[in-house]
This record gives sequence, C-alpha cells and structure tokens, in this order.
Amino acid sequence: MASLDRVKVLVLGDSGVGKSSLVHLLCQNQVLGNPSWTVGCSVDVRVQDYKEGTPDEKTYYIELWDVGGSIGNASSVKSTRAVFYNSVNGIILVHDLTNKKSSQNVYRWSLEALNKDSSPTGVIVSNGEYDREQFAENPVPLLLIGTKFDQIPENKRNEVLTRTAFLSEDFNAEEINLDCTNPRYLAAGTSNAVKLSRFFDKVRNPELYGIFLSLSLQVASFTDRKRFNFKSLHYD
Amino acid sequence: MSFLVDSVIMFTSQVLFFGFGWLFFMRRLFKDYEVRQYVVQVVFSVTFAFSCTMFELIIFEILGALSSSSRYFHWKLNLYVILLVLIFVVPFYIGYFVVSNIRLLQRQRLLFACMVWFTFMYFFWKLGDPFPILSPKHGILSIEQLISRVGVIGVTLMALLSGFGAVNCPYTYMSYFLRNVTDSDILALERRLLQTMDMIVSKKKRIAMTRRQMYQRGEDQNRQTGFWGMIKSVTSTQTGGENLSLIQQEVDGLEELSRQLFLETVLVQATKERIEYSKTFQGKYFNFLGYFFSIYCVWKTFMATINIVFDRVGKTDPVTRGIEITVNYLGIQFDVKFWSQHISFILVGIIIVTSIRGLLITLTKFFYAISSSKSSNVIVLVLAQIMGMYFVSSVLLMRMSMPLEYRSIVTEVLGELQFNFYHRWFDVIFLEASSRMWNVTEVPLFCTSSTTCSGETKKGPEERCLSHRYSFGLY
Repeated sequence: MASLDRVKVLVLGDSGVGKSSLVHLLCQNQVLGNPSWTVGCSVDVRVQDYKEGTPDEKTYYIELWDVGGSIGNASSVKSTRAVFYNSVNGIILVHDLTNKKSSQNVYRWSLEALNKDSSPTGVIVSNGEYDREQFAENPVPLLLIGTKFDQIPENKRNEVLTRTAFLSEDFNAEEINLDCTNPRYLAAGTSNAVKLSRFFDKVRNPELYGIFLSLSLQVASFTDRKRFNFKSLHYD
Repeated sequence: MSFLVDSVIMFTSQVLFFGFGWLFFMRRLFKDYEVRQYVVQVVFSVTFAFSCTMFELIIFEILGALSSSSRYFHWKLNLYVILLVLIFVVPFYIGYFVVSNIRLLQRQRLLFACMVWFTFMYFFWKLGDPFPILSPKHGILSIEQLISRVGVIGVTLMALLSGFGAVNCPYTYMSYFLRNVTDSDILALERRLLQTMDMIVSKKKRIAMTRRQMYQRGEDQNRQTGFWGMIKSVTSTQTGGENLSLIQQEVDGLEELSRQLFLETVLVQATKERIEYSKTFQGKYFNFLGYFFSIYCVWKTFMATINIVFDRVGKTDPVTRGIEITVNYLGIQFDVKFWSQHISFILVGIIIVTSIRGLLITLTKFFYAISSSKSSNVIVLVLAQIMGMYFVSSVLLMRMSMPLEYRSIVTEVLGELQFNFYHRWFDVIFLEASSRMWNVTEVPLFCTSSTTCSGETKKGPEERCLSHRYSFGLY
C-alpha cells in the first residue's frame, strides 16, 4: 500500500454550519469555545495512528483545510478559494441539519471543489449542474457530516435523517450526524468513530478505495442502484 | 359606483405588490435559509405592499386616474395601515424574536416582548423633542405626531445613503481609479498565500508532535514516584510548554498573515475583473455615466452647502423651473400644462423605481453581510422597518419635486408638517455623510465596497451607485 507524504482533506460547507468547530473537535479533541467567522482558510492537523499495535504502525498527519464560506459568492472570491483546492486527497462536506438550504448547497460546494480538481481524471462538467454519474467515477473520497444534531426536535428527527440518507447516497459517501459541542459523538468505539477512521483510511490509501469503487460500480450497474442493496454491499 | 371600481383596482395592485414582496423575500433575501416563521415573511411583504401603494397613489395623483375622493380615502387608509405596521407590528415582532433567541427569557416571551415594545415607544416619542417639527395646534395623539417622527428617522436614513452614494458612485463608475493589475501579480499573491499556509501546516505538525511526545513522556513521568520524580516532571514540561507557546504565537501570527493575504488576493481578483469589465461596451457606457454623475454629485454637495449656509430652501420644483427656463430664456413655446404633467410623471416615476430598486439591493447586500441562521428573522424585520420608514419619508421629500397642483394632496394627507425642516435636515445629514466619506482614503473605501458587500462584480458599479440615483430627482 503506497503511503502519502501529505494528506490533505478539505472541509467545505456554507457559512455558519460549524466547520471550524468540527475541525477543532477532530484535531484537538476539544470543543471550540469561541467560534467566529473564518476568513480565508484555516488549517489544522489531526494525528492519526494507522495499524496501531502492529509492526507496521505509522503515525500520519492529516491536514484539515477549513475553507471559510462567509465572505460571499462573488466570482473573485470563488477564484481565490480555488487556490486551496489543489491536490486534494479527500473532501468532508458539512451541512447544518436544522437548515435545509445548507444541505442543498452541499452539491454546489462539491462541484466547486471537484471542478477545480478535474484535471487528473479528465472529468469535465460542462454546464455546472449536479450530475450523479460524475460522483460515481470520482476518485476523491467524500464524507458527509451533518451538524447541530442536538437542535432538531424529536418529532422531526426521522424526516431529517431520511433526507440526509438520500443525500449521502447521491454522493456515494458515508454520513455522520453529530453535535460539534459534544465530544461524545466521536468517542472511540462509536459507529461514528469507525466511519471516520474508515474515511481517513480511504484518504490515505487511494488504491484500496479504488478497489472498493470498482466493486461497487459493478454491483450498482447490476442491481439498478436500489438503495438497500447499494448500501449493504458497498460499505464492505 | 366609481368608488367600488377604484377600490377594486387598488386592492388588486396591493395584492400584486404583496406577491412581489413575497417572491423577493423567498428568492433573494432568504435564499440560503429555511423559512420557519412565516409571520416574518408576511410582515415583510405587507410592509412592502403598502409602501408601494403609496407611490402608486402619487402616480395616480399626477395622472389624474381614479376619482379624487376615493384617492383621498385610500391615501388616508394606506397611511393609517402603514403607521400601524411600522409602529406597532414590526417593533413588537422584533422584540419577540430577539427575546426568543435569548435562552434565559424563553418562558415569558410575550411579557418581555411587550416590555421591549414599550421601551421602543418611549424612545420613539422622545425623538420628537429636540426637533421643531410640530406646530402647537396638534394634539398629543394625532397622526401628525407619529408621521413627523417616522419622517425624521426616514430622512436621516435617506440622507446617509445619499451621502455615501454621492462619494462612492463616481469612484466605482470611473475606471480612472482602477489600479493596474496583471496576472503575474495575482499568481505571486497566490503563491505567497500557499507558502504561508504550508508554513502554518508544518508548524502545527510540530505542535501536534510535541504535544504527543509530552503526553507520552507525561505518562512515563507519572510512573516515577517520589520527590525527584515530581521535580523532574515539572522542569521537563516547563521547557516543553515554553516551546509550545512560542510556536503557537508564531502560528497565530502566520494565520493573521494568511487572512490578510487572502483578502488582498480577493481584492486583486476583483480589480482584474473590473478592468476586464471596463473594456466591454457596458463598461464603457458606465464609465461615461460615471463622469456625468460625478459632476452631478459635486454640484449636489455644493448646493447642499449653499442651502445651509445661506439658509435657503428651494421653493419651486425642478419641473416648473425647467419649464420656466425653457419658456423664458430659450423662447420655446409649448403647452405648459400638458407637458408639465407628463414630465413630472416621468420624473417621479424614475425616482420611485430607482429608489425602490436601490433600496432593495442595498438591503439584500446588507442582509448577506451580517445575517446568520440565528439572527436572520430579526434582521429581516429590522430591514422591513427601515424600508417602511424610508418609503414614507421619500413620499414626504418627493413633495418638493412635484408641481404645486399635485403637492396639495400630499400636504392634505400628511397634515401640517414643517416640510422645510425635513429638507434642511436632509441637507445637513447629506453633507455630514459625504464629508465623512471624502475623509476616507481610496483603498479602504474600495476594500469595504468590494470585499464585505457580496454580490456579483459584473453588476457591481451599477448596483453600488443606485443608492445615489434616487437622490437624482429629489430636488
């Protein structure tokens, strides 16, 4: 398995969804006390052990690049932001579970990041619209994180979770729903922590991810992408 | 019978305006947020609808459409409703939503909202004291009291926006002020930005590694018991800690630098786009308009100074004055009545349309810049309040732009207000605002207008100057 010297993961999402809190939680294992608007890009580093306890044990640094969405959508800002999208190994898409619009904007964010990075694979999107096929052949692993989970009232929970399940299927990605002010959601042993470490494994070892991808594509073309089949066979 | 027909016409137009306000709210203002409290959307659309109806009534006045008595009735009705909304409904809801956001006061929301509303009414009333806006023949609870105060606030807002626009407008329109930027500048800046980010990353990796080592050593240290063990652990963590804080400071400095570089890159990209835009046909057209407008802005500032220094208030409106000049000096004879009606209709129409559009665009930009998912409701209601007060006072000031025969209805409906005072107040605030703007140097002004106000740069110059266009016809 080839290892990467620099592992760069983008954290993208609308302004105010909780990207900075999330990054702080992932890297420092602490809750961010005074969140403020991110101007430009803020980077943090997560130390991750790979194959702990075996002779192959290695310590990796994963760079999480939190690109701020708060300055606006002018084309000058977009072209400046594109500077950060070079040579990306993985993308974390963050949306706010209490705000439907931020979930819809996740498509726009992923297109923005992937269009910039389209040269290695030659995938070019001509009209800028979301196309599911593109995500099926996309070599960059994606992870979908929904924040502010604790702020959803009990009766709306199912509806929100179904919606995000559709979203994660569209992106061919895992999803995690959490509250960035509570480290309990990512405690060791929870399914969220497992999904997270699986994502980082994929990011580090793209060949392994490529095998998963081709397997899932074969299965998908077979079964017509029925949701329950897809989910159960793809993730392992 | 005609009254019924007129009322139906008015009602239909009000419904149309309401629909337009609703769409504007959904498509432009709230396009990134979910609307959970529909009352906010309703209140905003209602304010917009009734403000636009006032303008519509002025147009009908000039055109002579609908019968005079039904016009008068609708004026009064509209005025009462708008005052009701602006003074009772909107402030109450603002107080209610502000209180809802504060966790502590959740239980007694209504009570605290009422308290906030009473405080607002108190300050609103007090606002009238320092201004000589009323003659003593008005009672305490008359419409004139309320309108006069609303007028003061609205006129202040208009003058502020006008003053800002008067200075900002020539600056953004004309390409004379554009710095020359090349692609290599942009590439150099981007390279610097990425280098800074790389340095931050490497320093953070060092911090993480040091922390990890300290943690592991800390575990080892904990196993050492006894006196010496304790002393050793203190000294070693101290040096580790000092190193960490040093690196952390360096990282903070580098992060600040990266933010500055990012903003500068955005600025340079925006300048490059403006340069490209100015080479197109549209750009050249706006450049030409810019020269024209800057001369007008200078003249405007000059006139405001003269008005204040010589204590003069213009008595005639531009239409009549223009016709007088053409008839007397140029000797062109034409049917004064006919043309005066049409010209004032066109002039007033332009003023109304540009002021509505300019205000809506400014409000949208303002909203994008400062709102967050928690405060979006409150901010939209504040914007609705500003919009309502703005439109009411623009009706007040527009009186001066209309020929005498059309002014009477406005005077009648709004009561015996001291209109001259409002014009004087406008001049004062306008001068104040524009002189403040002149004191600011070029680059920061450009910074604030292009980086904090979001919006497409393609339409940048046009949008930013609309705040000035409405002042074009007012005097």
